[in-house]
Amino acid sequence: MALLELRGISKTFTGRGRTVHAVRGVDLDLDSASTVALVGESGSGKSTLGRIVAGLHRASGGTATFGGADLLGAWDRERRRSVQMVFQHPFQSLDPRWPVDRILREPLARLSGLRGSAADRRVDELLDQVGLPTAMRGRLPAELSGGQQQRVAIARALAPRPDLVVLDEPTSGLDQSVRGRVVDLLRELQQETQAAYLFITHDISVVRRIADQVVVMHHGEVAERGPRTAVLDHPQDDYTRTLLAAVPVADPRRRARALPRHEETR
Amino acid sequence: MTAVEAVRTRVRRRRPFLWTGTGVLAVLIVLGLVGPFLVADPLAVDPVHALQSPSGAHWFGTDYYGRDVFARAVHAIRLDLMLGVSVALLALVIGSAVGVISGYLGGRVDDVLMRVTDVLMAFPGFVLAMILLLAIGESTPKLALALAVAAVPPFVRLVRAEALAQRELEYVDGAKVSGAGWLRIAFGHVLPNSLRPAAVQFTLVCGYSILNVAGLAYLGIGIHAPTPEWGVMVAEGAQNMLTGQWWTAFFPGLLIALTVMGLHFVGDDLGGDR
Repeated sequence: MALLELRGISKTFTGRGRTVHAVRGVDLDLDSASTVALVGESGSGKSTLGRIVAGLHRASGGTATFGGADLLGAWDRERRRSVQMVFQHPFQSLDPRWPVDRILREPLARLSGLRGSAADRRVDELLDQVGLPTAMRGRLPAELSGGQQQRVAIARALAPRPDLVVLDEPTSGLDQSVRGRVVDLLRELQQETQAAYLFITHDISVVRRIADQVVVMHHGEVAERGPRTAVLDHPQDDYTRTLLAAVPVADPRRRARALPRHEETR
Repeated sequence: MTAVEAVRTRVRRRRPFLWTGTGVLAVLIVLGLVGPFLVADPLAVDPVHALQSPSGAHWFGTDYYGRDVFARAVHAIRLDLMLGVSVALLALVIGSAVGVISGYLGGRVDDVLMRVTDVLMAFPGFVLAMILLLAIGESTPKLALALAVAAVPPFVRLVRAEALAQRELEYVDGAKVSGAGWLRIAFGHVLPNSLRPAAVQFTLVCGYSILNVAGLAYLGIGIHAPTPEWGVMVAEGAQNMLTGQWWTAFFPGLLIALTVMGLHFVGDDLGGDR
């Protein structure tokens, strides 16, 4: 049985007389220590699905189990500990008035019951894991670079030793070289912690480096799914082909060949 | 420019209003602390020297009872500043707590709290303080409480508006995922990030509270003669204005104006975008 199993998950937002079906009947399986990449254009529902998994949105329909238990019911401390999230904008996701040390101590105190010197040691360990010097403990988020901020956010997510981390476009706000280092860091950390990743992104180059499975979302539905190489190298769905063709290619001749037969994006 | 450089530039930049305001307040505080030991007895009546104009012997002149206006004005500093700051502090604490709960939780809680705030706002603050003071009885702490309750609504509105914006930011989701409950998120994360507009209001309320104390004293409510208090002094001195003894009300009035200006300058600078 998979660590995370989603069946027919849907999410509808209503307001001002409008109804938006953000997610429509999505099935998804995620095993321990593996990575499923959720890809799709903006508005495809991938972030909403990620937030449902992380307990930040309530699903409108469907069932979800995590480690065999219902994921859509009440979230106790243990459930909160085991499912963590890294957000898209590193600076916005960290309280601007809290120093790094305090940011990392919050999940340790709330979810792992670690305080005092035990928390101190764990903060040092986490900073070391994400490649930040311990001297940064006292820094405010504004005093860190974008890459450093995202490393702090990753350390915060890993602090309570989660079984699943939802990563919502964790590299999109970073420049190209930092992006690669953060992806490498996430891969190393996965080997160390054996956590499963639900990796939300629209960056295909990142998907190639980190994903085991790929789920392509379009208008709230799953357009295609499968192992990384199958989906990226032999896409079956027209929308997936369009998405892959949108990836910038330096060579214009290759770019012409990569274009899909017809435009699918509605 | 990085955020750190921006902070440093901000520190370096000249801020004339901040320094003027701080200077005025510093002089008043020092005078309020040291002055009472150096000046004459503020309650010493001397009918022989009543209503003397400002001179070397009596810098601010003397009042109807021959009391030294300068001595009374200096003795009043401590009471007036204490009242102003405590009223503003009390209003800030109550107003920001209600505002952050209202803004962060939203929904029905927000609706109820906002309607209560609307009711409070329907009364002019001065009148509301007067009614409250008459209802709960007179004493200096009760005066501070009444003025504070009257000053709460703007704090609620300001903090709520900022909390509404802050609760949508990702750091709030970050705190949720880190296991923080709503109370901790509201008061530990959202409130500190929503206080900036309230800081300006704080200094304004400090100033206006002194004016309100003066106004209430003028109506015979709150602090009474012969307590050396600027409002009381203005109220007493106003009777002499018509007969030409302008100094009895002018100097305490000037000190009220200077204090309000000093606080206003500091608040205005702290609340700016710099």
